[in-house]
Amino acid sequence: MTTTTAIESKHEPPQRSWYKRNEISITPWLFLTPAILFFTVYVIFPIIQSFNVSVLAWDGLGEKEYVGLSNYKELLDDPAFYTSLKNNMIWLVLYLLAIPAGLFIALFLNQTVAGIRIYKSLFFFPFVVSQVVVGLVFTWFYDPTFGLLNAIIGVVGLGPINVLGDPTYVTYGIIAAGLWPQTAYCMILYLTGLNAVDPEQVEAARLDGAKGWKMLWYVIVPQLKPATFIAFVVTIVGALRSFDLISIMTNGGPFGESRVLSFYMFEVALSEYGFRMGYGAAIAVVLFLIMLCFIAYFLYSMYQEEKGR
Amino acid sequence: MFPKPIEKSSRSVQIGYQSLLPVALIFWLLPLIAVALFSVKPAADFTSGDYWNLPSTFGGVENYSKVFFESDMPRYLMNSILITVPTAIGAVALSCMAGFALGIYRFKSNLWLFFMFVAGNFVPFQILMVPVRDLTLDLGLYNTKTGLVLFHIAFQTGFCTLFMRNFIKGLPFALIEAARVEGVAEWKIFVYVVLPLMKPAIAALSVLIFTFIWNDYFWAVVLTQGVESQPVTAGITSFNAQYRAAYHLMSAGAIVAALPPVAMFFLMQKHFIAGLTLGAVK
Repeated sequence: MTTTTAIESKHEPPQRSWYKRNEISITPWLFLTPAILFFTVYVIFPIIQSFNVSVLAWDGLGEKEYVGLSNYKELLDDPAFYTSLKNNMIWLVLYLLAIPAGLFIALFLNQTVAGIRIYKSLFFFPFVVSQVVVGLVFTWFYDPTFGLLNAIIGVVGLGPINVLGDPTYVTYGIIAAGLWPQTAYCMILYLTGLNAVDPEQVEAARLDGAKGWKMLWYVIVPQLKPATFIAFVVTIVGALRSFDLISIMTNGGPFGESRVLSFYMFEVALSEYGFRMGYGAAIAVVLFLIMLCFIAYFLYSMYQEEKGR
Repeated sequence: MFPKPIEKSSRSVQIGYQSLLPVALIFWLLPLIAVALFSVKPAADFTSGDYWNLPSTFGGVENYSKVFFESDMPRYLMNSILITVPTAIGAVALSCMAGFALGIYRFKSNLWLFFMFVAGNFVPFQILMVPVRDLTLDLGLYNTKTGLVLFHIAFQTGFCTLFMRNFIKGLPFALIEAARVEGVAEWKIFVYVVLPLMKPAIAALSVLIFTFIWNDYFWAVVLTQGVESQPVTAGITSFNAQYRAAYHLMSAGAIVAALPPVAMFFLMQKHFIAGLTLGAVK
């Protein structure tokens, strides 16, 4: 900033407009206003409103009635809420498998043979396809009468299993469908990360006799840290946002066994259970609080990095 | 380079690897290949219970023309375009400006504002559902494309601003200083100095946002209903309800719905991947 002030004082006309004098401090706000406006109205404000609505009994149209914490008390006795919460945890844990899976596919594809670029894009393919289509594709894949899964396990004499109709398997079946695009996403992150791995370090480690797993764990993985961080962030966010697949594949069933919080909230607030906005908002608040732990960690990591710059 | 370059291995390992690649790929894409196969099978195959053999006759033309000429699919596709394109333009425009402000200027609340955008972007968006639906109803925009576009622009601005700000931070600051020395007005620095350098970031974000919004399902269900404003992701469920058990048509419909982002990806691959992996390397 010193240069700017020095120059300004050199050939500064005596009278400049107020805007000209304060240009550098005003301009960023002019540029920020539209984004802040949109973001506040549609994101920040609704988060606060969700907290407010969660203490109301309200059908979305009629009178709002203040009911204090009774929505939350009801949650504590609601078995559907616990099922959803449990499924959310299963999603969170199993979804993280996308990270190692993506890393291994990336390692497998990180070669320079003819046509490898096409292979890389085709492996990435599932991520580009809408979750709705992924859901449909996997519903048919699991179908007990004609699905490919049962056709395959039928060959070895197993099955048929109705994955999506069985309360024990249903959540795992949906997560497997979700892992497909998510693994592709992590793969592309790692492929880019692997490009930037320092070849000299790898060579040096090789001279020291490191290879295979040791090389991967002590030399490569530490250098992939930025890619791993992003993969972790997008996977956690993806797991907590899971909705499309559940809605398409099972609509929460059988017997509500595949619900997660986001889906249950939708059901309570906007579907056949009647329009219970307050109860839905209370579920949303719980989901938000779970996410808040992760957001705090993400922001803390980013803050550390910003300070380091 | 890790793992060890395959060309340094023996001939047999190389051949093994080369032949493993297509096998692995087919295995990986099996569910999609199955749907593609379904979509070109004639209806007769399904009624006779033949699901997994090759099509007895090529039914692709008939199936796809049914999707295009005898269903609401073209309208859903059109809605998707009318939602996706304005959103991409709006979100990119807003975030170029916000990213410029946060990337170039130093002021007290800079980092806080930046973190606000980042945090908002991580929020599981379902928690916005009740208030945003209510707001959209109040504005009279429920079941309109505009209502959907406005929300999408606002929500995507979080991610886009994160992206743009980091990109602009990476530009050489000397350029801006030089322009200031010349006495160029700040807004002109944005238009003539920074914006031209942001072209790759703009391209990357546009394709990303196009794909994200095209594939959105949740907000389409929450904020719209019916053929006049629903995008294709939501439309396909009513399409499927209409053609229940007509797997050849549902498959063709699914392929049609999935195709535009796929085409976008293959055409703009470099930008797409650059956008997704920004930050994956330090």
